[in-house]
Parts: sequence; structure tokens; C-alpha cells
Amino acid sequence: MKFEQAAGTNPIDRQKIIGQPTSRIDGPLKTTGTAPYAHERHGPNHGVVPNQSYGYILGAGIAKGRVASMDTQEAARAPGVLGIVTTLEQELLPPGQGIVANIFGGAEIRHYHQAIAVVMAETFEQARAAANMIRVDYDRADGRFDLATLAPQARVADESGKLKGEPFKVEVGDFAGAFAEAPVTVDATYTTADESHAMMEPFASIAAWEGEKLTVWTSNQMIAWSKGSLAKMLGMKPENVRLDSPFIGGGFGAKLWVRADAVLAALGAKKVGRPVRIAMQRPLVANNTSHRPATIQQVKLGATPDGRLTAFHHSSTSGNLPGGDVEVATQQSRLLYAAPNREIFMKLAVNDLPEGNAMRAPGEAPGLMVLEMAMDELAEKLGMDPVELRIVNDTQVDPEKPERPFSERHLVECLRRGAEEFGWNRRNPKPAQVRDGRWLVGMGMATGFRNSMATKSAARVRLQRDGSLVVETDMTDIGTGTYTILAQTAAEMMGLPLDRVTVRLGDSDDPASAGSGGQWGAANSTSGVYAACVKLRTAIAEKLGMDPTTADFTDGEVRAGNRSARLSDAGELMAEDRIEFGDLDKQYQQSTFAGHFCEVAVDSYTGEVRVHRMLAVCEAGRILNPVTARSQVIGGMTMGVGSALMEELAVDTRFGLFVNHDLAGYEVPVHADIPHQQVIFLDHPDDKANPLKAKGVGELGLCGVGAAVANAIYNATGVRVRDYPITLDKHLEKLPQVA
Amino acid sequence: MRPFTYQRVATAAEAAAAVAGNPGAKFLAGGTNLLDLMKLEIERPAHLVDVQDIEGLGTIEQAEDGGLRIGALVTNTTLAANERVRRDYGVLTRAIVAGASGQLRNKATTAGNLLQRTRCPYFYDPNLPCNKRNPGSGCAALEGYSRQLAVIGSSDKCIATYPGDMAIAMRVLDATVETVQPDGTTRAIPFAEFHRLPGDEPERDNVLAHGELITAVTLPRPLGGKHFYQKVRDRASYAYALVSVAAVIQPDGTGRVAFGGVAHKPWRVEAAEAALPQGAAAVTAQVFADARPTEHNRFKLPLATRALAGVLAEAKG
Repeated sequence: MKFEQAAGTNPIDRQKIIGQPTSRIDGPLKTTGTAPYAHERHGPNHGVVPNQSYGYILGAGIAKGRVASMDTQEAARAPGVLGIVTTLEQELLPPGQGIVANIFGGAEIRHYHQAIAVVMAETFEQARAAANMIRVDYDRADGRFDLATLAPQARVADESGKLKGEPFKVEVGDFAGAFAEAPVTVDATYTTADESHAMMEPFASIAAWEGEKLTVWTSNQMIAWSKGSLAKMLGMKPENVRLDSPFIGGGFGAKLWVRADAVLAALGAKKVGRPVRIAMQRPLVANNTSHRPATIQQVKLGATPDGRLTAFHHSSTSGNLPGGDVEVATQQSRLLYAAPNREIFMKLAVNDLPEGNAMRAPGEAPGLMVLEMAMDELAEKLGMDPVELRIVNDTQVDPEKPERPFSERHLVECLRRGAEEFGWNRRNPKPAQVRDGRWLVGMGMATGFRNSMATKSAARVRLQRDGSLVVETDMTDIGTGTYTILAQTAAEMMGLPLDRVTVRLGDSDDPASAGSGGQWGAANSTSGVYAACVKLRTAIAEKLGMDPTTADFTDGEVRAGNRSARLSDAGELMAEDRIEFGDLDKQYQQSTFAGHFCEVAVDSYTGEVRVHRMLAVCEAGRILNPVTARSQVIGGMTMGVGSALMEELAVDTRFGLFVNHDLAGYEVPVHADIPHQQVIFLDHPDDKANPLKAKGVGELGLCGVGAAVANAIYNATGVRVRDYPITLDKHLEKLPQVA
Repeated sequence: MRPFTYQRVATAAEAAAAVAGNPGAKFLAGGTNLLDLMKLEIERPAHLVDVQDIEGLGTIEQAEDGGLRIGALVTNTTLAANERVRRDYGVLTRAIVAGASGQLRNKATTAGNLLQRTRCPYFYDPNLPCNKRNPGSGCAALEGYSRQLAVIGSSDKCIATYPGDMAIAMRVLDATVETVQPDGTTRAIPFAEFHRLPGDEPERDNVLAHGELITAVTLPRPLGGKHFYQKVRDRASYAYALVSVAAVIQPDGTGRVAFGGVAHKPWRVEAAEAALPQGAAAVTAQVFADARPTEHNRFKLPLATRALAGVLAEAKG
């Protein structure tokens, strides 16, 4: 099915099942510990293949240089060891999709904890002990690890965010002239930190060979991409590779790509002639895989006294391995606010740290943390309410292409509704005025903004003899609620109750879906199921001798004219289709919006920041399931608190690594940090987005949150900290005297 | 984790002798720190002597002098919840519940908690120099990422901190650590002398001899006054202290104070306590007179003053 024109009325609009606050259909499996996650697929209950052995990855102890030699003799003789594969016996594997780091092979070390060996043994403990017995000699080389030092030499990135093509800058009007003439300006530099995905389930895979055929049971967000990628890396035909990933314990973008766990499980299994199971040890995750790169950003805003932006500059510098991408921190700035004179670009500094790659709302998250803080600064200089400043500068069209409107854009409603619900009028615009005992209390807000991407997605639906339905697609549920919304979509389309639909996900033998990433998963994968269901409805109607164009599917029955039949009367039928998109997303900018509001308290003695309450008012098309959508948004808000207050991979610029590479050193918010979150969804179905009229929320919940927290801190303390995370040391000595 | 042998013993004397006779042996109680470090091969004991079966180490008893005797195996949870502790030694309960998580406190023991090792990130990565983990290899933290680390009492060999909370309260209470030595004799170690400064031997965290087993911690008679444990950290729970303040303040403004998160041991300067009625800055000026912070952790000095000021303000209120 090709989606080329705005959706008209369709069975989804009934909203009997779609749009209803339904708990996760896979919830009982998770709460009882019986959902089979990748590393648990062994033993009598979940076993996918017998005779599994354990693999353990050894990471390089240097950040740059070469492996001179490896002595594996002691390790090979250790108890239980079945075999060892070292990087010196393996030619460098071709790069996988989306990755620039060396996954495995060759003597060259390009970043700390790059995988240099895998040890297979009968038990996990034996494999781990033996891996630590491998003696490695390195030839160390000097590396480039300090972004602040590298930034002056950073080069302007091309339009794709790399250094291959022409340097790309958005230049509209005359920024320099307009900024020079603007009566009110902000010009400041900001930084955001390197961040780790820190998902609960680490990278994990089980690999087994059967002749030429390889099966990998893994934890991966993008099955079709990763199947092709793994085949390419291992020099195999894609049809000989099968991936299976039915449950994923979080990914946040880290699991978009194939990483060392899957590759080394496959190589290890080949070496020892047995299936191999690997869970990457937590201390390896931060440096072996990827992270959200740190940025140094500059914002220059010029405005008239009534708050209209006349000059807008946003630039960002980030680092990455040779060949890597820039962190696209200014991407959303091209679309967020109207301003006639614009200058927007990104710079990339080549470095030798672990790979920077996609992490939840890549670009938008750090970009809006900065832009929305600068807007707060501008509001104060203007003596204007921060909410009103955003409203004054709202645009209904792409500022670079005024002929291109937004399909739906209700940011103003998000902000006004949010201000009302949050009690924003109680905010004292003068900072450092509100006290509650020893606490300084403040409120802040920010715009949330993330695009909605249309991408093809396929599914198969099977009508069973008993009238129940099975949905099959390689789509993934990374904790987001995909099982539930796909079941809701199919149930709505076929007129079945929810419990008559079974959903099977994550198997690369099933039709290729959009996968989970970039908050595109929900809207596109449900549209794929919609397309398959439309086809199945036609097949059922024809089989029953009814007119497919008028047949009504309700309550397990099909009705056309004065005839009706039970679905089961059609017998077993199967339909497969995919949603594809025309150019509606070129004609219309399709995006999601939020107003984020936050109240914090800052301990006037210690500078500790505690979030009191948070509110997000979100516009994201039709909300498919308010329960799972809310979970997505509050998860994003929580991650935003982490970015604002504590998350930072600390770089050791001498040794070239992230030093705090475990969950004791890399702090993310705990329950006590998140006392109260409220989410409100506006009801604005987007008929130009897809047949579901839906858009994603998984990243919207994060975008802008960090700035809302930061602006609340400023409102509480009167101390502006422009370097994230805002840990207490950064404002402590500027707080009121206490001793 | 390296292969090791494992033994359970029934008496303290047996435990001490078993470890003393084997240079690679260590005691095991709750295991909340030791087992983690073994998995990372930062600790590589060849033999573990499990002391959890030893009778008589799991109780809290009134001492003859009116104080309290806390058995070495009393869990953090039990100790924090004990009625007498909550009534008479509130600083101790507050310190314990400020640390770790409920699950860890259920398993962690009184003695083991005193022996937990530093959380310096360089100690935790075997690829990097660390004199505490690998004597003579150097200190990567000194010029490295040292935000969490010591501001006072450190040496050119080590700037690690003692990471615990409970011990800071015990220091302010003038507790005593009771041990049994390999020869069967006992000794009582004043808390001030129990943890060491790193000096030239950062691998030694405390003054225990190899094979010397902690049997109890005793607290003197209750001090009265108001009890405080203010733990300052980057998130609201489950994080190590940037700075912590354990204090007992009397109605007349006199009292005692010890600091955590600043040194290789709980940091208390008794002579400075006379200045408590003059306010926090007067106290910390003396307590931290010899501080040698790094660029990353210099903030701990004003933080300690401000945290104490908060405590003193609450004591008045």
C-alpha cells in the first residue's frame, strides 16, 4: 500500500481498541520474569538451541595503537576453555551498517575496549577467568581525546553530517547584519556531555551454525538492517543469516546496529563448533560500543523588543572517530522558530575516543538543551515570559522553505495548556526569590520538538481457522509497547477483541518492518499492519462473496448489505503487505511537539538539585495507546533529568577512555529523583502522516526536558550554568552565603 | 574470577587461624564488595574463609559501661532498625540508611562495611595504573578524573577515598573495633586508628593484620544531643557521598563532627570541634587546614563548610 494522499476516514477512526488505555499484552511475561530475553534463551523453558557454551569478550587496554602480541597459552589451558579467537588471527571485518568503529579483527586499536579476543568455555566464570589470563603487549600511539583542544581545528560538516562532501551551512538572509542591529541579543557558548545509553539489558547474543546457516538470537532494534549488516561483516549471503529478537531490555539507539556480542558469538561458535552465548559485561559497554557525543554549542539570538527573533545562529562542534558522523545538535533549529536571518551549521573534530552514534533523540536532545536555555536567557533580557517568547516566534511553515507548511503544528496549544495545568502564572520571573525553608524553588519550561519520519514497514496477518488472528513482522518491542499497539491495530481493523490477536515480533524470517528507532517505530509499524489487514479484509470478503469496499468488520463478524458471516467462516487466510510513502513528507513537514514544564528545588546550603514535579503536554498525532505512550514520555523525561543533572561519561584525556564505565560511576536518575510526572496528550490526528494518523512520542518525551530543568534551576538560584550536567559544584559558590 | 577454595568456620579463633596460615586467604561475610571485586580480579583470594556461621557475632547487646556492642555480623538493616540505635545513636541509623540500597543493606555486615574498598574509578579498571590495586604501578587518579576523590590526607601515591557512610557515624561516636588476632588474643582498636591514610602503602586500607578478624564494634554511652547525617551526592539515592557530615550537636551548640567522602578514612579533627559554636566556617578552616584538593574536587571544601552550616542551622531550629 502506498500512502500518497491524506488519509480519509478508515476503520481505525472507530477507536474502539486503538487509542484506548490498554495495558501491555506482554506485561505478565515481564512481571513474572518469563519473557525470554536474548541471554536467557537456554535451559528447559526458553532454550532455543542445546549445548550452548559461554563466550567472554576481552577489550583492549589501550585507546590507540596496535596489538604487538597476544599470549593465549595459559588461557587455552584453563579449566573449561573450549577455544579462543583473537583479533590477530582474524582479518579486520568489513564495517557493519551504521558503524565506523572496528568491530573485530587485525592488530590496529582505534578505541579503548575495542574487542581483541573472545574466549569460549563451558561456564561463564571459566570464560571470564580465562579471558583475564590472556597476556597482551601493545604498541601505544598518541591519540586525540580532548574535545575542547580539538574544537578549534574542527571542520564544518557536509549536509550528511560527515567530512566527505562540501561544508554545509544554512545561510538565510543576513545573519551578521541583523545580529549587529538587533536591540536585544544573547550570545553564549554551552556544552553538553558524552552520555551512555545505559540500558538495563546489555548487548547479548546466542549464535549457532547449521552448515552454512547462522542463527543469532539477540537483542537488537533493527532486524532487517542488522541481518544484512551481519551477513556483510561475516562475508555471508543474507539468506543464510537469521536474527531473532522478540524481547529487548532497552536500547535507546545503542542496539540499532550489530555490535561485538553478535559478531563474536558467531565467530566463536564457528571456532568451537558449538552454539555460543555472550552477554557483554557492563564495564565494557560504554567504551566498546557507542555513546552520545559531547558538544560545544554556540547560540546567538537577536530580537526586537517585542520578542520577535530577527537573527538566529546555532552551531555545534562534536567529535568522532575518523569516518564518523557529527552529533546533529542543530538539526531541529532549522525548523523550530521563525527568524528571517539564519545561520546554522555543525563542525566535526576527528578524535580517537569510542564511537559516537545514535542515542535517543540524537541531535535534538543536546541541541534543544542548549537552544531552549538560550531562549530562556533571551526571555529574561526582554523582560518577557518564556512561554510567550516561544509563542511569538512560532512558525506554521518551514522557515527555510516558507511554501512548505507543517502538516500539523500545535506547539502554541502545548505551551498554553501546559502553562495553565502547571500553574505557570505562579512563577516569579525574577530568579532566586522563592524559598521553602532551606530550599530555593524555581520553575522552568522549554519547547519539545522532534520530527516524525515516514519509512516503509511490512507485516503478515494470518486468519486462523478459529477466527483468531496472528500478526507477524520483524518489528521489535524495545520496551515501548509495540506488541500491544500492533495487536490493537489488527484487532481494530479486523473487528476482533484484543485477546483474539497474537503478535510475533523480531524474527528476520518475517516481513521487514520499520524497526525501532528515531521514534518512527510505532506509527510506521502499525501502518504496515494496517496495510496487511486491508489486504486480508479484501481476501476475507471475497472468500465470503461480499463486496470488499463495503464490508464492515465488527464483533468478529463481517457484514455487507444484509448479509453477515463469522470471520472463521472464511477459513485460514493469509495476507502480507507493506506501507510505503509518497512525498507527503516532502510537501509537509511532519513533526511532534511538546511543552515541557519543571519545578525544582535547590538546597541553598549544598547546591543539590531535586526535581519536584514535571509536566509534558504532547502533540504527536493520534495517540495509539495512552498507557504505553505515557510510559514512553515519562521515560524520556527521566532521561532528560539525567542529562540535565548527572549523566556524564568522564573522559580521561591522557588514557583516552570514559573512566566511569559502570553503573556505579555513570549515574542515571533513580526513583527518588523522579517524584512526580504528568503527561497530557493533545488530540490532533495527522492525516498526512499515515493511515493511523499517528506519530511517535518516544523521543519527544526527552527533547527539551534538560533545558526545562536547567531553566528551573536558574529561576531558583539566579545562577546560570551553561555546562551540562548541572552538578552542584558548578553553582555552589555562587549561591547565597550561608556560613 | 580466579578459582579459590572455600571454607566455613564455627569460631572466630578458627577463622583467624585459617586466614593467618594462608597468605592468599580472606574472610567472607556478606560479600557485597569482595565478590564484585573478585569478579573483576581486583581481589584474587586463593582461599575464602566464610565467617557467617560463627555464633555470637550477630547480636546487638548492651555493654557494661552503658554503651552498645554490635556483633560483626549484624547486618546494616538490622543495625539501622535497632530500637536503641535509633533512640540513642541516631547519627548511625541515618548514616546507614543513606548508603547503598535496601537489598545491599540486608546483606552487608557491620564488619564488612568497615572494610569496603574505595570506589576510585582507576582502582576499578585493571588496565590503568593504581597503587592501591597494583602497588608501584602509579596513581592514574592524581592527574586524572578525581571529582569523587580525596581532598585531604592523600599522598602522592593515592588520592582514594573511603566510600562508606556507617563508618563516618562510628567515628563521630568514638566507637571501638574489637578483633581477635591469629594467636587468639583480642585487641580493641579506637575507631580513629582503624582506617589508615594511604601514605606509601595505599594498598593497606586499615591497621588489621592478616588474619585478624573483627568481632564487634562497640559504642560508648549515648552522647545525647541532636544527631545528623547529611550526605551530599549527585542523585537522591544510591550514590556515594561527594561530602557527608556526621554530627552530634548539643543544645549549647557544642558537639562533634566527622566528614565522609573527603579522605582515605572518616575525617575528624577533634580540636576543631571547639569552634562549633562559632559556626561552620570556623570549624572547617581547622578541619581542612592541610587540604590538598585537585582541580576537579576543590569544590568539596566549600561544600563541606556549607553542608555543616546546614546541619548547624537545623540543630538550632
